[in-house]
Amino acid sequence: MSAPVPLRRIDADVVIVGAGPAGLAAARAASTSRSVLLLDDNSAAGGQIWRGAETSFLEHAVAGEARGAEINADRIQRMFGVRVFAGDAKARTLFAEATTEALEIHYNDLVLATGARELFLPFPGWTLPNVMGAGGLQAMVKGGLPVQGKRVIVAGSGPLLLAVADFLHRKGAKVLAIAEQASARGVNSFALTLLKHPSKLVQAAALRTRLLGVPYWTGTWPVECSGEQQLERVTLLRDGRRVEIACDYLACGFGLVPNTELAQQMGCVMRGEFVAANQVQQTSLPHIFGVGEITGIGGAQKSLEEGAIAGHALVSNSASASARSLLRSRARWQSFESALNHTFALRPELKSLAEDNTIVCRCEDVTWGRIREHSNWREAKLHTRCGMGPCQGRICGTALGVMRGWQVESMREPVFPVRVETLAAFGSRRDETVAAPPAPH
Amino acid sequence: MKIITHVTVNGKRVSVAAGTTVAAAVAVSGSANMRTSVNGQPRGALCGMGICFECRITINGNPNQRGCQTLCTDRMEICTT
Repeated sequence: MSAPVPLRRIDADVVIVGAGPAGLAAARAASTSRSVLLLDDNSAAGGQIWRGAETSFLEHAVAGEARGAEINADRIQRMFGVRVFAGDAKARTLFAEATTEALEIHYNDLVLATGARELFLPFPGWTLPNVMGAGGLQAMVKGGLPVQGKRVIVAGSGPLLLAVADFLHRKGAKVLAIAEQASARGVNSFALTLLKHPSKLVQAAALRTRLLGVPYWTGTWPVECSGEQQLERVTLLRDGRRVEIACDYLACGFGLVPNTELAQQMGCVMRGEFVAANQVQQTSLPHIFGVGEITGIGGAQKSLEEGAIAGHALVSNSASASARSLLRSRARWQSFESALNHTFALRPELKSLAEDNTIVCRCEDVTWGRIREHSNWREAKLHTRCGMGPCQGRICGTALGVMRGWQVESMREPVFPVRVETLAAFGSRRDETVAAPPAPH
Repeated sequence: MKIITHVTVNGKRVSVAAGTTVAAAVAVSGSANMRTSVNGQPRGALCGMGICFECRITINGNPNQRGCQTLCTDRMEICTT
């Protein structure tokens, strides 16, 4: 064990976990009369969509307002590189780890804005280096990965594929094809529903124009990747025919799934795979709000509005005029969300791409052949170590949820792996009853 | 003008722009391989956002750091495993 880690106690008023669109909007609205502590695991604000300094035209459209929050508000204290690994709703306390210290954070009100991750589905060869998520490759490029002149195939499902292909194209990559699993009919009817959302329509049209020359194949999905030490070839199934293409990267995401682990560990009631929230984004637990993708996948605009609604609720008990107009506009984005889910629903073929020797759990190298003998998540975990590695089943457990309908039964702390030194810093304090901080005046 | 950060990847000197992640620096060094899996297979970054832990790597002697969530700093020693 290396050097001991110091423990720091922070007493905060409103704590927001996640500095993406939802968290930033909540911070801005709440900071009008409350002091806010904004936490994020990443090294900067913006979440996955506004990550880093690079701002595409797509992001600009929605970013403008909320970005001001980051710059202006004196009442918003920000801490990055902070990973919250547990929370105690009764004691109104979060437990977190930063690079050089352990943190015990006390709050009066908590906003969970922990966002979403990509859905990965296993297929032969998907563990080869340079097979990444669609948003994953985009994030890597924003983090300095050079793709100039690299041959990329973008695959999976959803409007994110277009945004990612456009981004990579502008970074100098040769985007060979976009493979969308949804049918042409579905995608076309989705384009029609965009008429109700003019700003999204403009974005979609602009993207398609720019991407002219990049084939957009509907009803197409990857079935195999091959290569010696890293990816060399991708095989797509297109209209029932196998098409093999040589490439450097596969950017593949089958949609988004919410990061609800912390909310679940703290005891928030779920509605399906999402955190249940009322009209003003309150969860089932007092003093805990849920905003953004964790209450339903709907994109940055829905997240901004839900964040703002929660922020308004934190400063006033009565719904103000601005809050009422936000409620109307949220309803509009929620209808966008349902059109999205309908169009890009995953076809059943995608649930059986894995072969017996295909690895499903990447942390523990557990193959599909071993997992499929079991009838539920718990049994598979106990017998094969599937989901027992550092990602704690975030990749394979989510995939098996789609492939098999398996549910993760309980979420226990720590929701992220933590250094032993950090746990040691809390020592016996973790078991003590911690008094709630005084309510704000 | 871009500020340049100098790091080493498995002993090899690599120069990257400020703000580059450790995972990207490994790619700049010429390899997609971040770690070796429990059964000996090469693995690289997958999610790019700190969720999957596929890019865990040794940084300045500390094992199991997430390469995609860590920014390069001058004289950082990065070792794939």
